[in-house]
Amino acid sequence: MNFEEHAGKSVLSRAGVSVPQGRLCASAQEAEAAARAIGPVVVKAQVPTGKRGKSGGVKLAATPEAAAASAQAILGMEIGGFPVARVLVEEQAAIAREFYAAVLNDPASRSPLVLFSTEGGMDIEEVAATRPESLRRMAVDIRKGFGPADARRLLLGLDLGEAAVPVAAMLVDLYRVYRQHDAELLEINPLALLADGRVVPLDCKLTVDDAALYRQTDIAELGAKEPLSALEERGRALDLKYIELEGNVGVLANGAGLTMTTMDVVSHAGGRPSNFLEIGGEAYTKGTEALDLVLSNPGVKSLVVNFCGAFARTDVMAGGVIQAWKTLNPTIPVFFSIHGTGEDEAVRMVREELGIEPYDRMEDAISAAVEAAR
Amino acid sequence: MIVRKSDRVLVQGITGKQGTFWTEQMQAYGTTVVGGVNPKKAGQSHCGVPIFATAKEAMANGGFDVSVMFIPPAAAKAAAIDAIEAGAKTVVCLTEHIPSHDVMEMHAAAAEHGTRIIGPNTAGIVTPGEGFVGIMPAFNPRVFQPGRVGVISRSGSLGTLVCLNLVRGGHGQSAFLGIGGDPMIGTTTKDALAALIDDPGTDAIALVGEIGGSMEEEAAELVAKTDKPVVSFIAGRASPPGKKMGHAGAIVTGDRGSYASKRGALERAGAVVVDVPGDLPAALDALMAEAAKRSGAQRLAD
Repeated sequence: MNFEEHAGKSVLSRAGVSVPQGRLCASAQEAEAAARAIGPVVVKAQVPTGKRGKSGGVKLAATPEAAAASAQAILGMEIGGFPVARVLVEEQAAIAREFYAAVLNDPASRSPLVLFSTEGGMDIEEVAATRPESLRRMAVDIRKGFGPADARRLLLGLDLGEAAVPVAAMLVDLYRVYRQHDAELLEINPLALLADGRVVPLDCKLTVDDAALYRQTDIAELGAKEPLSALEERGRALDLKYIELEGNVGVLANGAGLTMTTMDVVSHAGGRPSNFLEIGGEAYTKGTEALDLVLSNPGVKSLVVNFCGAFARTDVMAGGVIQAWKTLNPTIPVFFSIHGTGEDEAVRMVREELGIEPYDRMEDAISAAVEAAR
Repeated sequence: MIVRKSDRVLVQGITGKQGTFWTEQMQAYGTTVVGGVNPKKAGQSHCGVPIFATAKEAMANGGFDVSVMFIPPAAAKAAAIDAIEAGAKTVVCLTEHIPSHDVMEMHAAAAEHGTRIIGPNTAGIVTPGEGFVGIMPAFNPRVFQPGRVGVISRSGSLGTLVCLNLVRGGHGQSAFLGIGGDPMIGTTTKDALAALIDDPGTDAIALVGEIGGSMEEEAAELVAKTDKPVVSFIAGRASPPGKKMGHAGAIVTGDRGSYASKRGALERAGAVVVDVPGDLPAALDALMAEAAKRSGAQRLAD
């Protein structure tokens, strides 16, 4: 789950990390009132994506009137596919220097990684490529944690002067918030050293592990809602992983790997899949709901049902599909390929109850479905 | 990493519906299951083996080599660390959706105790004709036959399809190594490939990859060094970027983890990457014939 800047800063603030004073506003009037209370401000588009500055989504405003005009200009923009519905109106900081700081899950070391650079405001890949000497990284033993001594060691030799102390404290704080909230990524870019010596996060990018949301209920309501289509919302309500696509060949398979492969073969055969939907794992009993969902996409002209049962029993999945097929009585053609756990029973059921002969090779079932969709 | 009949297997969560079903399948196939864990039923027996309160207790009473976890996500960390601290050589972690911070704690504990974690989110490992650990249809003779091709797959369902294609093309397997669909797994594609390269029972390797991460690119370094033929299929070519395709590990951001990057790295290292899984057996036949010719020529030269 992604958190927009204002939500990420709320999480930081609740955890005792001081952030600039700011207000979330949904209109020019609200922005004007906020600026009247705060003083000179920055008006920033709130969307769960980067590159806001380059898209004109961040503007300085010295007066309440200017803040209203900036908010007017930014609200309703579209940045990275996201319509801007709200802006963060935040106090202008007297910035002395800008740094970069992040804590993230590192697949290579299978541990948390703390990153810091004296070069802030740039993309971190760009910093790594152009100013590698400014970038420090430390893999953390997750059972020991990351304390002040670790932070000092990370920063050793960097030209930070007196800022080294508050920067080290900030890194320890960021690691604490990352751990406390099951973050996959907590990135502060820029992390600003102010003229008065304080170190504050000017931006905040937070991603929390979806698998841990069950124990992050106190912050989950702050997270950005994923932009889902109506069908995708329905899939989510059923606890099915459904992604709507633009093609016309419906895909129903079990397991992420097999479903991706089915889409690949549809594409290789010259067709386009109308969805990603897998009913692997515990979801294999939801064949009926899943088929209903696939067929609800108005673009579907033919359907591939491709099962390779390991944990997921193909007889149970086929039973669900057959039941849905009989209830919905669709007019589009369907092409089966069924192998693995429970295949004999599943093939017999499809043959006897639907009068359809499953294909032995999935490539053949898919070619037939692509042909039928033309 | 390759499961043998001599490996003593402990089933954590043996008394649940899936634990029971798959324990029976493993036993029927020939896997040496020596016990199970369920703290509430310790002292009883299930599927003909004793139930222990913890993996540590199981280790103290007869011992085990491999633990397999039929454990829900919220309890997975504690169960894995119990098995690791008990001294398990290998922990096969089937569980999907374990919080990633818990997974990192499991990996840290495993590194300290020298335990190999396979997974999380793996469908398990199979040695046809000898045994299996996990939730793969080892017992289906159209999918698994004893043979000389080693198979590596992140995905259980796609691994099943690939094994089916191999058997259809006349190739049995020396081992199936399911490594898991999570982004932070204990045994990588490269680790699994190294095991198959070292295995005297393996003549050729089918490497099944997926978009996301950089494991296939890293494994390509070993592909370049081995004489064993390597064929590969990479899933996810048609997946839209930026979307999680079921597996948390299968996401493309920028060029990192892309299909083109993986296919390019493997092909430069000498692997044959096919467009559809059905083409794997023919690609394998061609490479193995070439390798046989080479070694024949080598013998003549010697």
